[in-house]
Amino acid sequence: MKISDLNVYRGPCEVLRNLTIDIPKGKWTSIIGPNGAGKSSLLQGITNILATTGCITIDDVNIQNLDRKARAKAIAWLAQNNDAAEEFSELTVYDTVMLGRIPHQGWLHIPSSLDHQVVQESLNKTHTQSIASRFLHELSGGEKQRVLLARLLAVQSDILLMDEPLANLDPPHQADWLIWQKELLAQGKTVVTVLHEIQFALKADHLVMIKQGKLYFEGASKDPATHRALIALFDGRIHLEKLGDEWISLPV
Amino acid sequence: MPKHQLYLKLLALFAVSLILIALGCVFGSTGIDWRFTEVDRTILYEIRLPRSIGAYLAGALLGLAGAIAQGLFRNPLADPYLLGSASGALLGVGIILCLSYAGEHSLVTLIGINGGAFVGALLGVLAALLLAGGYKSSLRLLLSGVVIGVIFSAANSLLTFVRPDLYQSLQSFMLGNTSLITWNANLMMGLALIISILLTLLLSPVLSALSLGENTARTLGLPLDQLRLLLIAVLALATGFAVAQTGLIAFVGLAAPHLVRHISGGRQRVQLILSSIAGGILLLGSDLLAKSIFAPLEIPVGIVTAVLGGGYLLFLLRREQIGISK
Repeated sequence: MKISDLNVYRGPCEVLRNLTIDIPKGKWTSIIGPNGAGKSSLLQGITNILATTGCITIDDVNIQNLDRKARAKAIAWLAQNNDAAEEFSELTVYDTVMLGRIPHQGWLHIPSSLDHQVVQESLNKTHTQSIASRFLHELSGGEKQRVLLARLLAVQSDILLMDEPLANLDPPHQADWLIWQKELLAQGKTVVTVLHEIQFALKADHLVMIKQGKLYFEGASKDPATHRALIALFDGRIHLEKLGDEWISLPV
Repeated sequence: MPKHQLYLKLLALFAVSLILIALGCVFGSTGIDWRFTEVDRTILYEIRLPRSIGAYLAGALLGLAGAIAQGLFRNPLADPYLLGSASGALLGVGIILCLSYAGEHSLVTLIGINGGAFVGALLGVLAALLLAGGYKSSLRLLLSGVVIGVIFSAANSLLTFVRPDLYQSLQSFMLGNTSLITWNANLMMGLALIISILLTLLLSPVLSALSLGENTARTLGLPLDQLRLLLIAVLALATGFAVAQTGLIAFVGLAAPHLVRHISGGRQRVQLILSSIAGGILLLGSDLLAKSIFAPLEIPVGIVTAVLGGGYLLFLLRREQIGISK
């Protein structure tokens, strides 16, 4: 996915300016930056939730030229948990995951046997099959997050955008999430995440840093230049340390 | 919930509906002589049966409108009465009656009371949305609906002030009344109900998608804005045709969706149909109460639903899980 000269607007305000980013296909890209930098806005610009100018192409096809359904099939988006936490949501877990199949359904939106099969697989993968008949509003934060992830997987899109996917997940489920990530990447999917947890972001293949609505740096996550930029991004208030094959971040 | 349990409950609700319609035919200001004289037959076929079916159909329209409103605006307290669409419909009826009294027959024939109520209901809910600056703030939307309701009621009062000869007709509409429902009115409501249910079932994925929030719904490839407008039009159609025949009936649209929520098991299409059936049962049940509380004297059914519904609203407000976001 190539993003060129992208400006993103939240109402009348320009929240991102002149972003040009190359998001590698089949890799995991993590977007990081201080609070209010515009990370979530970037994902919302890509999904057409926020108004944009500029150009976004997937395999050299401008996504503005795709119709609504084709775009929805190509890019799936996971909202921040508190965005999706409707206080008045009477959907069951199963029906929530089935919503991911809407872009694949005809105008009557009658689920096909393939839709049911995909929903079942998504539930199994996120360990939510046992709560499939419960209401979304009855679930804990972590359970709900896993259901919303299942909904994301059910879209079966090639590009997955996740805004704070680890929010509310306990360590075992965070580890599960990393396994799903690897599976998705093995299937050739492109994953873009917005993460606050820098040690998780460092596990990505590619890092995109945003500060005050502008691109600050982008590069491979293992690259020392990327690490230096990351420390500078947070004004030297983090320290990166190698632990085995992985990099971890500690606040200074 | 397993499917066979759902079918059983659906069957039970249909049975209750039929029993209530039958009771509606039996109860009235005079008893029915089962020898079926000509007079009895007229009372049964021309007054009580159309009234019972009419009360049921009007309730079903309001129940459906309530379910649409609650799903569309993500607001557990939304209903046609609180959103300003019912008072808009009433103003539409008032204006059409006023024109018909003034001799503007061509316009009245063209639009009719149903058309006037539909346009009024549509304007009512759009005015509430405009005043609230959209549907994002539940509290503001409800308050705007109340304000629009007050303004439209004042406009109706002005109509009766300007044309005192309208007072009695409009008063009957304001209090909610099922006693004048004819077979023709039933035909109109029946058609409106079929169209509204079919359209709502078709558009129900929008309501489900909106449960996950506006932004997620936008990423699912649905033409959200157009479908939302269409649903508002269906809401106005259902409300308008109910109000045109029965006047202002409060709280049926609010209570019906809540009463069936635990039966529908979160399935949006089932919830819409059950809300409609529950609305019919509620209004017809209230109508029976209105006929029998002070029998042989009959009180307008709108008073009964207002008292029952007001209590239910208080109950909902006290319940912890029903909150209003600012």
